[in-house]
Amino acid sequence: MNAPANGAFSKMILPMAKEVPSGAGEFHLPSADQSFICGTVATPVGRIPRADSELTRKDLRGHYLVRWNIGRDHFTVEPGLYGLGHPGSDSPVLVTANYKLTFDLLRQTLVGRDAWILVLDTKGINVWCAAGKGTFGTEELLDRIQASRLGEVVNHGKIIVPQLGAPGLAAFEIKKYAGFRVVYGPVQMSDLPVFLDNNCRATAEMRIKEFPFKERLVLVPVEVMQGLQQGVPLMLLFFLVAGFAGNDPFLRAALVHGLPAAFAVLAGIVAGNIVTPLLLPWIPGKAFSVKGAIAGLVVFSFVFTGSDVRAMGYSLLESSSWLLVTLAFSSRLGMAFTGASTFTSLNGVRKEMLRAMPAQFAAIVMGIGLWATALWLG
Amino acid sequence: MVALRYLEDVVTLECDREKCIGCGMCSVVCPHGVFVVAEGKAVMAARNLCMECGACMRNCPSGAISVEAGEGCVRGVINELLGIDGPCC
Repeated sequence: MNAPANGAFSKMILPMAKEVPSGAGEFHLPSADQSFICGTVATPVGRIPRADSELTRKDLRGHYLVRWNIGRDHFTVEPGLYGLGHPGSDSPVLVTANYKLTFDLLRQTLVGRDAWILVLDTKGINVWCAAGKGTFGTEELLDRIQASRLGEVVNHGKIIVPQLGAPGLAAFEIKKYAGFRVVYGPVQMSDLPVFLDNNCRATAEMRIKEFPFKERLVLVPVEVMQGLQQGVPLMLLFFLVAGFAGNDPFLRAALVHGLPAAFAVLAGIVAGNIVTPLLLPWIPGKAFSVKGAIAGLVVFSFVFTGSDVRAMGYSLLESSSWLLVTLAFSSRLGMAFTGASTFTSLNGVRKEMLRAMPAQFAAIVMGIGLWATALWLG
Repeated sequence: MVALRYLEDVVTLECDREKCIGCGMCSVVCPHGVFVVAEGKAVMAARNLCMECGACMRNCPSGAISVEAGEGCVRGVINELLGIDGPCC
């Protein structure tokens, strides 16, 4: 193994590289003072922290919260090299991101195995998104290899990088500058054990990113939280403004005219953030904004066409405004799911947005306009 | 499982057959099986499945592949339209 000498490429700048931060590449081990550390592994370069492959209740609680978009910005582990089990110089090296959810799922996946985990500093972002931003990238991996003196810890000169990290780093550059051969692991972490047992060979299926129901389901809470962030201010505004309509007392007017409008927003959130992700393959249309609008129409017809709503005797103007609000929200929020989906392209999203956003904007402006007109002029 | 497909004919992926050395790295890193290697050259067999992640371009040692890679997320595109250098997801 031709391990790079200390400091050999700490000042090296690759074509797409930014300025190398000071201290990059200097020998550094992650802190042993982290909740998941259960000892150390003795190596020629020093005692490397050993991560537990069993997850604790505290870990799982953190996972639950980040799935609801709570504490997601600071859910990190310290970058650097960790041991798992009782690794030696011939144990495999797996590269990952410092998003704690990713790191935790990896150590859990590798339970009972001896391996090294090299955690890159992706600012708490998962491998795929960090690779897109370039933080899971060539320079960071080169720095981390050097800072961990990986060439002295293992003897095989091979590192396993998740395939979804490939947008961020070039295997041939890692080989050229650090001497390590990058082997791209499977797309799904759950395929890792089979991949490792199969002499680090991935089947064709392991290389394809699917987007199954279960995966879309775990994304729903985060989507809903983001939808509520956009929707709740408008819902409150509807209540507040409706209170001043007509000659009814404030609370009654707010309830009679504000509630259905707020429900229209909510219907849009349900359609765009829950129905669209879950029923994605079965909703007609290719553009997510279209899928969202169709879902919105369906949810709207469930919520607002009941006989009890009709019995309230709302004007056509006012009930039309609800439909526009629902469609604007469902289309917009459905479109936002392109960001979480695994098969949409930048140029596709750009094209879709340029067409859909004017319609969504018109719908929300007209919706609010009709609603206000119905309340004061109707 | 119903196949998930996005818009057709929108991606910017190109592959220069002359420059290609047939190493097959593109077919390894692509998460949608866009590339196959036939007769020693990479061929775009399913170009419409491309999600413009840029993995193939970044890992092509001969610089044969080009694509306008980026995150297809709404906030990122809005920032781009407004000319802001803001975050994506």
